[in-house]
Order: sequence, then C-alpha cells, then structure tokens
Amino acid sequence: MEPLLRLQDIQKSFGATRALKGVSLAVRPGEIHALIGENGAGKSTLMKVLSGAIRADGGRIELRGRPCAIPSPAAGRRLGIAMIYQELTLAPHLTVEENLTLGIERRRLGVVRSQRGKIRDVLALLQHPGLPLDAPVRTLGMGLQQLIEIGRALMSNASIIIMDEPTSSLSAADTKALFTTMARLKEAGIAIIYISHFLEEVMRVSDTYTVLRDGETVASGTISDTTMAAIIEAMVGRKLTEMFPAMAHDMGGPVFEARNVHGLHLPHGVDLTLRAGEILGIAGLVGAGRTETVRALFGLDRARAGSLCVAHGRPCPVRRQRPRKALRQGLDLLSEDRKDEGLATAMTITENTTLAVLPRFAQARGWGPLRLARERRAVWRWVDELNIKCAGVDRPVDSLSGGNQQKVALARVLENDGAVILLDEPTRGVDVGSKVDIYRLIGRLAREGKAVVFISSYLPELMGVCDTIAVMHRGKLSQPRPACEWTEQEIMRVAVSGE
Amino acid sequence: MNPSLRKALAASGPFVGLVFVYILFAGLTAWQGGDSRDAFLSLYNSKTILTQAVIVTIGALGITLVIIAGGIDLSVGSQIALATVVIAWCLREYGGDTAGIGLSLGAAALGILACGVCGLLNGVMSALFRIVPFIITLGTMQIARGVAKWIAEEQTIVTPESMLFNVMVVEPQPDVATSVAPGIWVAAGLIVVVVLTLRYTVFGRYVFAIGSNEATARLCGINVTLQRIWIYTLCGLLTGVAGVMQFANLTVGDPTAAVGMELDIIAAVVIGGGSLSGGEGSALGSVVGALIMAVLRNGCTMVGVPNFVQDIVIGVIIISAVAVDRLKHRATVAG
Repeated sequence: MEPLLRLQDIQKSFGATRALKGVSLAVRPGEIHALIGENGAGKSTLMKVLSGAIRADGGRIELRGRPCAIPSPAAGRRLGIAMIYQELTLAPHLTVEENLTLGIERRRLGVVRSQRGKIRDVLALLQHPGLPLDAPVRTLGMGLQQLIEIGRALMSNASIIIMDEPTSSLSAADTKALFTTMARLKEAGIAIIYISHFLEEVMRVSDTYTVLRDGETVASGTISDTTMAAIIEAMVGRKLTEMFPAMAHDMGGPVFEARNVHGLHLPHGVDLTLRAGEILGIAGLVGAGRTETVRALFGLDRARAGSLCVAHGRPCPVRRQRPRKALRQGLDLLSEDRKDEGLATAMTITENTTLAVLPRFAQARGWGPLRLARERRAVWRWVDELNIKCAGVDRPVDSLSGGNQQKVALARVLENDGAVILLDEPTRGVDVGSKVDIYRLIGRLAREGKAVVFISSYLPELMGVCDTIAVMHRGKLSQPRPACEWTEQEIMRVAVSGE
Repeated sequence: MNPSLRKALAASGPFVGLVFVYILFAGLTAWQGGDSRDAFLSLYNSKTILTQAVIVTIGALGITLVIIAGGIDLSVGSQIALATVVIAWCLREYGGDTAGIGLSLGAAALGILACGVCGLLNGVMSALFRIVPFIITLGTMQIARGVAKWIAEEQTIVTPESMLFNVMVVEPQPDVATSVAPGIWVAAGLIVVVVLTLRYTVFGRYVFAIGSNEATARLCGINVTLQRIWIYTLCGLLTGVAGVMQFANLTVGDPTAAVGMELDIIAAVVIGGGSLSGGEGSALGSVVGALIMAVLRNGCTMVGVPNFVQDIVIGVIIISAVAVDRLKHRATVAG
C-alpha cells in the first residue's frame, strides 16, 4: 500500500547542536507505527517538525505521495496531522462538547452552530456514544480526558494521529482501553505514530517501527520480524567514547541508608545504601521514579513512608525530611530542572553559589551583616576550580551558557560540602567540554570520600563514571551491582521490563 | 555598553526621573513668573514636599520588601486608617486634657503593633490557605477598614493635645536641618535600616531569592513560609509607622483616612524599579518613586494645574516607568 506519510532525510539543527541528522520514516493508513529511541535521540524534535511547531532545515515530507510543507501548527492540522501530547491540552472548565469543538466552531451569523451530529459520529467511533456532552472535562477521569483529546483530533478530520507517551499517566485499565481505541482508529484507516518508552507495550500494539539514535534512523521494519533485544541493541548501540577520565578511589563504610521509601505516587519501597567514596548510578526511563526518589530523600516532595540516616546520624522518617534538615545532615541535591528550580537565574553567580549556606557568611551567627568580600572570595575559588567561564561573579546566572550554569549549581553543592550528594541529570543540556569537567568533579568527590548518587538517562556516562549501578522501573529500584557486571542491553532490559 | 555602566544607569533611572520632574516644575513655575517660582524653589517648599512624601515613603519601604519577595499587599491603606484610630482611641481613653510623652509613645506603639498584627495575619493566612496574597490582602483590606470603623464607631476620634501632633509640622524657619519635621528624620532612619537590611543581611538576600525563584529558595533549605510571614509582618510594622505619621497629619483618628493610598504606595515601588513578578526592586528606588509623586503633586498645585490632571500625569508616569524598565530588560537580554 502507498504510504500515507513519508519523511526522507529530515534535518534540524539548533545552533551548533544537530538534533536531527537525517531521519526517514514511512507510515501507511491503518497502521500503528512505533517511534523508539532513548531520551534525547530526537523523537520530540521530529514530532515538532511534523506538527509544524518547528521547521526542518532539510529533507522531504510527502503526504499521500505529494511533497508538502508544514510551516505552522495550523497548517499541520489542515493537512490532517494531529498531535496528542503527554500533558493533555484540554480546557478543564469547558464541557466535553466545547472541548471537542474548540477552535473549529461553526458559526452562523456569529452564533455557534451545533455540531452534535458529527460529535455523535466521533464518539461512536471511539465507542463512547453515551459520554455526557455537558459535563465539564475536569470531572472526567484521565482515560476519558485522553479519549476526548483523541476525539478532538477526529473532529478536525485527522488522518494521522501522533501520540507522545500516551500511557505514562494512565492506569492499567485506562491503558487497555486506549489500546482498544487505537485498534478502532486503525480499522477506520487512521495512521498512528506511537511514541513510548514502554517497549513491551510497543511490541504489543504496533505494526511497524522506527528506531532513532542521535538524530538518525538506525533501524526500521515490521514488529513481527524483530525482537525486543534487537530493538534495544539498535537504541543503545554506540561505542563508549574516551570521555570518562578514570579516577581511582576507595570505598569506605556505609554513610547513607534509606529504607522502604514510598512517595505519594512514586517510588514504591526503595532501599538504598551508599558507602563513602561510592558513585552509584541510577538508570531508568523518564517517569520511572528516579527524580521522585531523590526529591523525597531530600525533603522536597512529600513521602508516605520510609526512613533515612545520613553519616551515622539519627535515623529520620522521610515524611519529616525537609531540605533545610537534609542540608544540615550533609545531604545535598542538584535539581534536574536547572532553569526553574536549580538556579535563580536572574540573580548573580555569587548569590546563587552561597544561597544554601548564606548564614555562614554573616557575622553574629547569621544575624549580623554579611561579609561580602569573604563571600566573593569563596565564589571566585569555585569559579577557578570548576573552570566557570564568566565576566565576573556579580553577573546574573542567565548570562552564562548551559554548561557554566550547571557548574554554578554544582558550586553551590560543593560549598555546602555534604557527605552525600544526589545529582539528578547533572549533564543534561550541557556541552561536551563541561560534561567532561563534571565527570572529573564527580570522581574527585568520590576520592574525597563523599557518596554520590548519579541519575542519568545516558547509559554510556553511567557505565563510564559509576562504581555501582541500579535500575529503576515503575517506582522500584533494582539491587545495585558493580558497573562492570552490567551491559547497556541488560540495563535497558531492566528499565523497560523490570526484570 | 559596559555592563557595570549599564547597571549604574538602570539603578539611577528613577533618580534621573526625579531630577527631571523637579527641573520641569522649576521651569514651569519660572515661566509662569511671579511668586510661584520662588515659592516652588524655596527651602520651605522643599521641606513641605519631603513632609508630604513621608507617609508614602515609609509605606513604600514595607511594600518594597513584599514586592521583591514576589507578593503584594493591598491592605496598607486600611492598616494606616486603623493605626490612626487605635492611636486616637488610646489618647482619648487614657489622656486627660493633654497626653504626656509616655502615653503618646505608647499609643503610637500600639498603633504600629495593630498593623504588625495585620501583616502577621496576611502572612499566616496566605501560607495556611495557600491563597495568592492579592486575594488575602484584598480581604484584610476590608477587614482592617471595618475594624477601624468599629473602634471609632464610624466617627473621627478627637484626641487631647499630644506631642505626636508635632511630628509632621513643617516649621517655617528657613535654617536647614534643625527645623525639619521629626517625621522626616524617622523616615530617613527607616530608609537606612531597610536599605542595609536588604543589601547586607541574610534575611535581605532571602527576600530577593524567594521573589526571584521560590523553588530555588526551597531547594537551598530556606523556610519560605516562615520568611514570608516575617516579610508581611515587617511590612505591617512599617505601615504602622506610616499610620503614626498619618495620625500626626490629621491630629484625629479617622477610619476613612488613606482610602486608596495602597495604590499610591505600590505605584511608588513600581516607579522605583520594583517588579510585580518579584526578585527586583530597591528601597532607595521606592523612596525616589514616592518623592517623584510628591514633587508632582506639589508642583501641579503651585502651577495651578487642577487635581484631575495630576491623576492623569501620575498614571502616565507609572506606565512609562514600567515600559522603560521593560525596554531596558529586553536590551539586556539581547546584549
């Protein structure tokens, strides 16, 4: 059958970063096509190109055999390409009917005309003919909300529906219902591009697949002709580069213990023991609960149960943990969200570096005037040691590059000098040079006898930097094992299947 | 442009505005000729302008803290009225024909305390109910006004003679410092304290950090809730001092005093470079903002411009101050 949509050699660069280096993909009508790749492989960029949110630099898009351009999201919708994002885009206070017709209202003499006939057809196709049209959307469950989102795509006559991680916020029952809906859409001749981290789901529902790695198509074909192992190999199949400086360090006794940590949603019963000088890598998919775990341990997110103990201090229930307390215990966290949480980007390098330990720089035990000169000296020391490129320590953080911003965030952790350091995606959005600086710094921390937790979605760096690695899958953390005993394929397998 | 130069220019922006407004009115009064020129430029008039600016200035110091921390307080006008009523009630209840120094100071302290309690409530309630401060203080604005009317039984409270009456009196004596109204000294002292607090203390740094990025402040172990409560309480206490000044001006307790003054005070902060999205602002800037408005009102009266024109001009100044600030920001980002 003739492909409905064919992409050839799509390219896109952001500055010096080449997000897409040549992606090809073909989808036929009535086909569920899985788009697979690690975080940062270029999936979201590709989807943005398809939905018209950004324009490709090069390559060819063919729709029904004819070349076409998608200059804007509106153009994408007109061509029949609908996008369903991970975060739903419904207006929660409007009714089902209003949401379904939002943006495609028909007017007569300026008055909205009913499209109930069409709505009935759409809901029948979705097998929910009895959905109350006057109910505000927020009163419906997540599964039904997503259904309405799909319904909206159908209302605008979409022939290609792109779903980005549609099951990540659904319960098992809702997920099953979604797959039934997808099968109905397939029968109706609609093509679905399905993006998901959960490989077992992908294997179950998809007909064909494309694997992206580093912005390129590295494999594609029919699901029935392949195995999960082959797909994982295609996802991670890259060589370890010479980026990881070996830093010999010894491990001492345990300095951190957490038992049975339960978060409000995630994680479900995590145990964690760290020894002095140990670098523990935590691998796992986005949404597996890695960030939630360290945030609960640091007291930023509420926890339901669990206890923790830092450096032979008194055991403390995780429910009562607070950031201030954690810092005093010698536990420190580098946030994964540098821009919105990790740094106050409008404030200066100095202010950001010392914010967690500011009372130390004030006279009279924190109540008196600040010793500004001493504070600046301390910050200059980190600027030199971490090789932060800046025009001065009084410059706002947002004047720095991503890598240098991250080093400022790290400088704050170093200034606090805790015994246990939780690093959540410390190399995300950081240039290669700064990455190597950060790896070196992590090695140095271990050599100084600190215990480091290193969360990353980039397996080569975990394999290259960590002593031990544990894998998180849907809120549960595997037993840590020495890094040399893992292979990337094995880590990926545990991350997607949990065993 | 050199960054430090740009920074200096940005910081001195409101000050340049003040000088401009002053020269403008000196020019206008000169062009009008006659007595008004000498009257506007006279030392006596300068003292009058400063005295007229005292209430808004002190109020602006408090609101500056709140606005830098990313909040807002709409209740300060009502708080000022409440303070005047509490002070007057005290003097009337416990004074005879004249109130002594002790009683006067005690009454003033009680007025300040009443506003401090209002501020504390603002802080605690917005922390407790997690409601945006705009709504909370919109509520306390009504509540404080109502309590003031309740205490005063919906009338002005006439009080015996007190030393507080002299706090805002402008001496016609031409000799400089010694004849300035005591209120100006109080304001000057508070300005110094707030400027130093914001610049040189841990608390001051936390105020900026909370307004700049609350999530970061939390991450760094700052007890954001507690700091917020502190900030609103301090704002209330400073508002109380402004209330004492208002009482001195009126010499009676008036539950309908200072209606809408919160907007004048917020305007002073905004003209002085405060950003309602938090993280930005300076005490000195707010003071200059208050002075700009005082010069404007005084100058307009001198030139004989009707009141409604003054309102329009002040409105234009608020918008242009913020617009200039936006443009400056865009330039910084682009550079």
